[in-house]
Amino acid sequence: MKLSSSAKKQESVFGHKAVPYLFIAPFIIFFIIVYLYPFFQTILMSFQRIDGPNHITWIGTSNYTKLFKDRNFSQSLMTTFRYAIWDVIILTTVPLIVACILNSGYVKFSAFFKSVFFIPALTSTIVAGIVFRLAFGTLDTSIANRVLALFGKPPRDWLMHADSANFVLILLTLWRWMGVNIVYYISGLQAIPPELYEAAQIDGANALQKFFYVSLPGVKPVLIYVITITVLGGFAMFTESVALFTQKYAGGIGRTIVGYMYQVGFYKSNLGMASAVGIVLLIIVLTVNLIQLIAMGFFRKEN
Amino acid sequence: MKKMLVVLLAALMLVLSVTAYADDEPIHLTLWTFQELHLSLYREMLDKWNADPANPKLDIDMQVMDYEDMHNKLTIALQTGEGAPDITEIEISMYANYLKGDIQLAALNEYVEPIEDHLVMSRLNNYARDGKYYGIDHHIGATVMFYNTEILEEAGINYKDIKTWDDFHEAGKTVLEKTGKPMTTWESSDCWSIYPIVSQHGGDWLTWDNEVVMDSDVVIDTLAFMKSMLEDGTAIPAPGGFHHAEEYWGWMNAGGCATVSMPFWYLNRFTDYMPDLAGKMKVVPLPTWADGKGHKSSQMGGTGVSVVATSPNADVAKAFIAFATLTFDGNVNTWKLLGFDPILMDVYGAPEMMEPNKFFDYYGDEIFDEMATVLDDIPDTAITDMYPTATDIVKSQMAYDLCYSDKSAEEIAKECADQLRSMID
Repeated sequence: MKLSSSAKKQESVFGHKAVPYLFIAPFIIFFIIVYLYPFFQTILMSFQRIDGPNHITWIGTSNYTKLFKDRNFSQSLMTTFRYAIWDVIILTTVPLIVACILNSGYVKFSAFFKSVFFIPALTSTIVAGIVFRLAFGTLDTSIANRVLALFGKPPRDWLMHADSANFVLILLTLWRWMGVNIVYYISGLQAIPPELYEAAQIDGANALQKFFYVSLPGVKPVLIYVITITVLGGFAMFTESVALFTQKYAGGIGRTIVGYMYQVGFYKSNLGMASAVGIVLLIIVLTVNLIQLIAMGFFRKEN
Repeated sequence: MKKMLVVLLAALMLVLSVTAYADDEPIHLTLWTFQELHLSLYREMLDKWNADPANPKLDIDMQVMDYEDMHNKLTIALQTGEGAPDITEIEISMYANYLKGDIQLAALNEYVEPIEDHLVMSRLNNYARDGKYYGIDHHIGATVMFYNTEILEEAGINYKDIKTWDDFHEAGKTVLEKTGKPMTTWESSDCWSIYPIVSQHGGDWLTWDNEVVMDSDVVIDTLAFMKSMLEDGTAIPAPGGFHHAEEYWGWMNAGGCATVSMPFWYLNRFTDYMPDLAGKMKVVPLPTWADGKGHKSSQMGGTGVSVVATSPNADVAKAFIAFATLTFDGNVNTWKLLGFDPILMDVYGAPEMMEPNKFFDYYGDEIFDEMATVLDDIPDTAITDMYPTATDIVKSQMAYDLCYSDKSAEEIAKECADQLRSMID
């Protein structure tokens, strides 16, 4: 009697309908506090001038108009776009090719190579940045300038010119993240049934045709995922450029949009304008990702 | 029974709290800095403070953080009113950020005003608003020229003969011709080449009313001079972009270049990072301008030591930082321990300053011989709320354009000034 009443009570508190909500509650609470609230707060702050806890003035769209007048903002936007485009091109294709080669079965010690490509992902970005900064240093004695000298080319200031600095930045990202993308691709490639390759073989397909008609369609879902996170990563890139340029950004070189946001928010202590930068960045990334997902047929219903 | 326990507990707590605040228990303070070097001064002065029975005993928890980290944490702590330290150091280019809105730092006028005549006040003005002094600096940061006498002698030049910037440029041509080495380097990603020389020439970026004067004739003339040295190779962009780059130190240490102009606090960069130049370097005031304009030196860089107004121990914290930074003893130790040029003018020429230390070993005994002559002619710099923006433009735009673009001095100055104007409401 006693038992059944307590069981009944329990059911009324944790009824069948309530249980699922209870289980997802930790995530929802976390999401609301850590993502949703800051998100709306950022929108609000982007219309304010914040001079301290009790000095908040509503200034309308003035943060945005000032932002679009700032040369550094447009320059950082350009830097980010240029970086993101190259980042997507290089960081999706090169690892795919390497993954196909590693997965083809023609390479000996492929497990060894997989780990070699993956190790840079485990290093600290700051350390990698310092190593790259010194390797591409100004002096004639830096590694990159030594290599140039081997080919009889004059030394150059790698990080002081926009094009070569962008190249170094892409190289650093490629070196660091290639292994991760290779792992994604290999998992996608291994999911392709070997019979398909055999059938292609019987039909007389060569290696290139096998790649385009079997491997590529097979890894398409992985490819979409990799492109999506690479686009996101490209636009949100910050640590790599900070590590390489130590927040100096001479001539605006290497200053990405997130680097600009950080400088405005913390260095110039203008949180309102930094929020506006964040909102602009959100709109850009959202648009680019939506276009890309629609183009790749992500939202099309499965037949 | 329960009641008894509560009473007993309360009594116990009372006894404990009374003993906790009894005479011998020190007052705990927290101090934040981003410059570990400064701690040696605080430790020395804290020992002296505690040795005097008239002072309340202090126990200071000194926390060293990364530059960006510390300023961010401080901004957030002051904005939210939670977790701020009692004493904090704030770097000069960040200082204006903390003088916005409700100023949450304590005014130090009671300690500064009585000895105004003895201090280099242009230093204190950097950290002041409306007649209230919120921060005290450790040093003047007078800009000086470091000469590598070995290279100059090889070219047959006596550094003492270099009086004006024109002499400097001419000497540079000889050095380049005789040794193949550049006379000096300009920073391409920081402000310590352009700003000190512009300031010495009588220029600045802003007025105290936030009027932009970045494209004044003085600024243009100075940039044109610096550019002319780059054009004939007597000056080159600093390897690594600035005078604190690892690349630069290695290159300079190996005798890459004859001179560098930097604020006085650069003394310890030579002793710490360029040990091979010991005995070869001389430090003297900057060359002056032949057109008679400008000043003998300029005060550059710095860190304001401040007290957070909301600290429950603000009064004793103020007394301590005044003791550490404004007294004769504190200033002598500033030189002895940190290698800075103290802000208290009384110490110059005092025998206590001449005791041997690593700086005299490195640069020779005559460091202060000429230094004392420039103290009375050091211009103010306008540290307004737009100062961080202005220095950012100098670092990332002006310095880069000077070293790497084909733009004329006038174009550089105008572009930077327009950029700054567009940022002011």
